[in-house]
Amino acid sequence: MTNTPIRSPLSASAVAGLKKRYRSESLYRRLGLGAICASLGFLAFLLASILQQGGGAFFKTEIRFDITAEAQMDAEGDAFILLRTTLRNSLQGANTRAARRQAYALAGADAEEQLQAILNGTQSTGATPGDPMPFSIWLSASDEVDFAVKSGLVNLMETDAQNIGQTRLTTTQLNWLAKLESDGEIRTPFNLGFLTNGDSRDAERAGLGGAIMGSLFTLMLCFVTSFFVGVMAAVYLEEFAPKNLFTAFLEVNINNLASVPSIIFGLLGLAIFLNMFGMPRSSSLVGGMVLALMTLPTVIIASRVSLQSVPPSIREAALALGATRIQAVFHHVVPLALPGMLTGAILGMARALGETAPLLMIGMVAFIADPPSSVLDPAAALPVQVFLWSDSPERAFAEKTSGAILVLILFLILMNGAAIMLRKKFEKKW
Amino acid sequence: MVNPMNLQSHSPMPTGITGFPIAAGASTEVAQNIRITAKDVSVSYGDLRALKSIDLDIAENRVTALIGPSGCGKSTFLRCINRMNDLIPSCQVSGEIKLSGHDIYGPEVDVEVLRRHVGMVFQKPNPFPKTIYDNVAYGPRIHGLAGSKGELDAIVEKSLKRAGLFDEVKDRLDRLGTSLSGGQQQRLCIARAIAIEPEVILMDEPCSALDPIATAKIEELIDELKQRYTIVIVTHSMQQAARVSDYTAYFHLGELVERGDTNRIFTSPQHAKTEAYISGRIG
Amino acid sequence: MLKTVNPLARHKARPQEQAIRTLLVACAAAAILVTVGIIASLLFESIRFFSEVPMGDFLFGTTWSPQTAMREDQVGSTGAFGIIPLLAGTFLISFIALSIATPLGIYSAVYLAEYAAPKSRAILKPSLEILAGIPTVVYGFFAALVIAPLIRDVGTSLGFDVASSSALAAGSIMGVMIIPLISSISDDAISAVPQSLKEASIGLGATKSETIRQVILPAALPGIAGGILLAASRAIGETMIVVMAAGLAANLTVNPLEAVTTVTVQIVMLLTGDQEFDSAKTLAAFALGLTLLAITLVFNIFGSWIVARNREAYD
Ligand SMILES: Nc1ncnc2c1ncn2[C@@H]1O[C@H](COP(=O)(O)OP(=O)(O)OP(=O)(O)O)[C@@H](O)[C@H]1O
Ligand SMILES: [Mg+2]
Repeated sequence: MTNTPIRSPLSASAVAGLKKRYRSESLYRRLGLGAICASLGFLAFLLASILQQGGGAFFKTEIRFDITAEAQMDAEGDAFILLRTTLRNSLQGANTRAARRQAYALAGADAEEQLQAILNGTQSTGATPGDPMPFSIWLSASDEVDFAVKSGLVNLMETDAQNIGQTRLTTTQLNWLAKLESDGEIRTPFNLGFLTNGDSRDAERAGLGGAIMGSLFTLMLCFVTSFFVGVMAAVYLEEFAPKNLFTAFLEVNINNLASVPSIIFGLLGLAIFLNMFGMPRSSSLVGGMVLALMTLPTVIIASRVSLQSVPPSIREAALALGATRIQAVFHHVVPLALPGMLTGAILGMARALGETAPLLMIGMVAFIADPPSSVLDPAAALPVQVFLWSDSPERAFAEKTSGAILVLILFLILMNGAAIMLRKKFEKKW
Repeated sequence: MVNPMNLQSHSPMPTGITGFPIAAGASTEVAQNIRITAKDVSVSYGDLRALKSIDLDIAENRVTALIGPSGCGKSTFLRCINRMNDLIPSCQVSGEIKLSGHDIYGPEVDVEVLRRHVGMVFQKPNPFPKTIYDNVAYGPRIHGLAGSKGELDAIVEKSLKRAGLFDEVKDRLDRLGTSLSGGQQQRLCIARAIAIEPEVILMDEPCSALDPIATAKIEELIDELKQRYTIVIVTHSMQQAARVSDYTAYFHLGELVERGDTNRIFTSPQHAKTEAYISGRIG
Repeated sequence: MLKTVNPLARHKARPQEQAIRTLLVACAAAAILVTVGIIASLLFESIRFFSEVPMGDFLFGTTWSPQTAMREDQVGSTGAFGIIPLLAGTFLISFIALSIATPLGIYSAVYLAEYAAPKSRAILKPSLEILAGIPTVVYGFFAALVIAPLIRDVGTSLGFDVASSSALAAGSIMGVMIIPLISSISDDAISAVPQSLKEASIGLGATKSETIRQVILPAALPGIAGGILLAASRAIGETMIVVMAAGLAANLTVNPLEAVTTVTVQIVMLLTGDQEFDSAKTLAAFALGLTLLAITLVFNIFGSWIVARNREAYD
């Protein structure tokens, strides 16, 4: 509808007020697009800022020190003394008491253990305990150093006085670091410990190993119970249940259960599993069962939808051959519905993986250093670890928290990806 | 293969070589070996009365065609014979249907055993989404008809051969049954049905989803199958009924209007409604 | 008829089939057992709570302060258990969340259902769903770390007095979380409006936006309203966002810049400390849980009833 020199009675200009109507037309369209963009923009902002903040958690700062033979002789196998001597000797001007304390503060909480491992001979350097030989070693740095190195404060300190306010390191310490960095004695390699270590009060040592194990135990238990019970319940409701009041009540009940706040399931777990049955507090056993109860309605609903999508002709074919109802259902209908059921269950598991509130109710908030070795052990879970670390006043834990969120999101992406692939692969084939 | 559960061994009815069908008249039909007798069969779905007091005998080793306008209850009657109607909660059946003299709605009857003796082929081919082999082998497996893998192989081969499908699929028995053409799928369903050696095969418009060539093949097959099986077929095609069946029953609004020798029904229908339907004025 | 063994009779008993059937029924009944378990445990502990604290004080009290003694003569640690400020805080935060999510959700749905090309719809819709898939603990962390300081800085620079964990911070993040819920139900409701109705309006010369505003949205309104109720139920029951980003002190206020606390926050606070299980404080958590369940259930039943009725209307 372009404007032509001759005014057609069908052109837009022929009708008064139409321009205004068209303007509002495009306004409306833009409002809709704007709403979506705002939502997605927020999502991008959230993910980007977590990524930016948490990326560093996967790397840790290490400083190389030369360990001399004399220092080893003096230490007589004591890593604590050896570490201090080394720091004192390697850093220039660490002679006063105050300066020495600043030097010691550069080493991370686990540096001493690293050294001790070598002194005990568990980690080979070529030197034997009896006959000390000089060697050099990358020792982990303290969380303050880690922060300063990762945010590039070390080199900025001369020029940008403002930045010094961001770190608790002193000028002396920053000078040492600047020197070390220019000598190539500082590196930030991948921090495997972040994924394997248990929780710790020291940020350098704290890792997600325990939380990942805990989540794994919890989810496996949750999956086994809710999938089995959910599929069986769905099979009953879809294939066998008579159409009566009881069945109708069951359906209403399941739909409502699906929207009960998750924290209520936590209260249920606390009252029944912990207080009534006396199951072990904070354990993945109880966590898994609570999450299973929570996911059960989701699994039932998804499984029913999946069963409904199997055409009745398949059932009729089997029954007409003299198969019993049970045979028809378990030989033909359930196998065909299984991918759909599994997809629903995986999506339910993904939700359960991110769930925190019910776990808080059953005591899965305690500080637990050792990764659980059975479902009865006290355990943390990934989202609970996020919650615990986010509460920590230490700045280093902010990075850890974001890092833990990234791991959590990675697992969620994997699970959703698996569900999508499963759905694609088994799209209707009859 | 000898069927250990063959109904004939228990049958109180006289068995033997059936006589050549003689034209016209209910009295001659009685002289046939009767496999199924329906007496005063009424069916209702809730308030809807789908069948009203049907009396019909079905002769052994013959093809009986059920014809009639849509909704007249042909499928309903067919599904009474193997009690597939049991699956519909609202469906109420009264009257008596006897298979070789045994009331199939009797209290001690097991529907699974009944269906093992009365097979069914559906309007739309409905192979299981499994391999061709597994489709045919399913029935023998659940009924434990084969003692060994070799026996099962033999049953599958024999059934596929009888269904006239073996030559087309013998190299790809492990392909999905659903990957076959529509006509092949329907023959696979027939092979699946005869793999358990039923006495009766019910077919509900088995060709309505097929093209003329596939239809011709199935019709040929039906002609061969009647040597061994008693066949009841529902069809909407007059020509098909005339071509394949020995006897025809005409249903109208839930009532059995006329039945008899196919030739007679098509040449000299006794009832005005039958004539109207056959000449294309109803339906 | 001859007396013969009926060959149609059952050849062998099938005990395992009966066992499987029993198992199936048992599994279906498990769903009921969960409900019974929830209601029983909440009720049982709540009754014990109400034997210590009168129900009237709980339902109508305007002070929530479980740590302090309620009256001078009272022994032990029993405090004031008035639920009103908690409910007020819960509804304030939920209201903020809904006022953000409702327009964004509805406009998103309108765009997705009426404007977006099928291809972009296929990308945008699942992308929007991601918002619902992000764990709430992540939202909570983000609200506490980024949004709350942001709101406080902006508010302070504008001369407002903003609490560090304002209701606005928790509410707005919660709003983002429930956008997909509202948009997908609205999308369904809009798509359920019959094509003939749209064509009638277009045929009268109305523009698309006029059709949407005057025909489609009014027709879809009940469905959308039901969706909002369901979203409200989600918001009321949400825990982690408020635990991490809302306050702990029970202020009775409607000012979104102040800190308020919610029912779920208090449940967590009461139960995560080291408590004697029988103390009034832990029992109070169950009374709060019962209240929460009742409120969300009403919203849910009402919401899904409206959604279902609206769906049927056009079927
Ligand atoms: N499952 C059912 N529930 C209720 N009514 C049914 C059901 N199946 C069939 N009917 C009704 O029973 C009557 C007979 O149906 P039937 O399927 O036997 O007809 P038909 O002769 O096979 O028709 P067509 O030639 O179209 O297949 C019809 O009025 C039909 O509406
Ligand atoms: Mg029919």
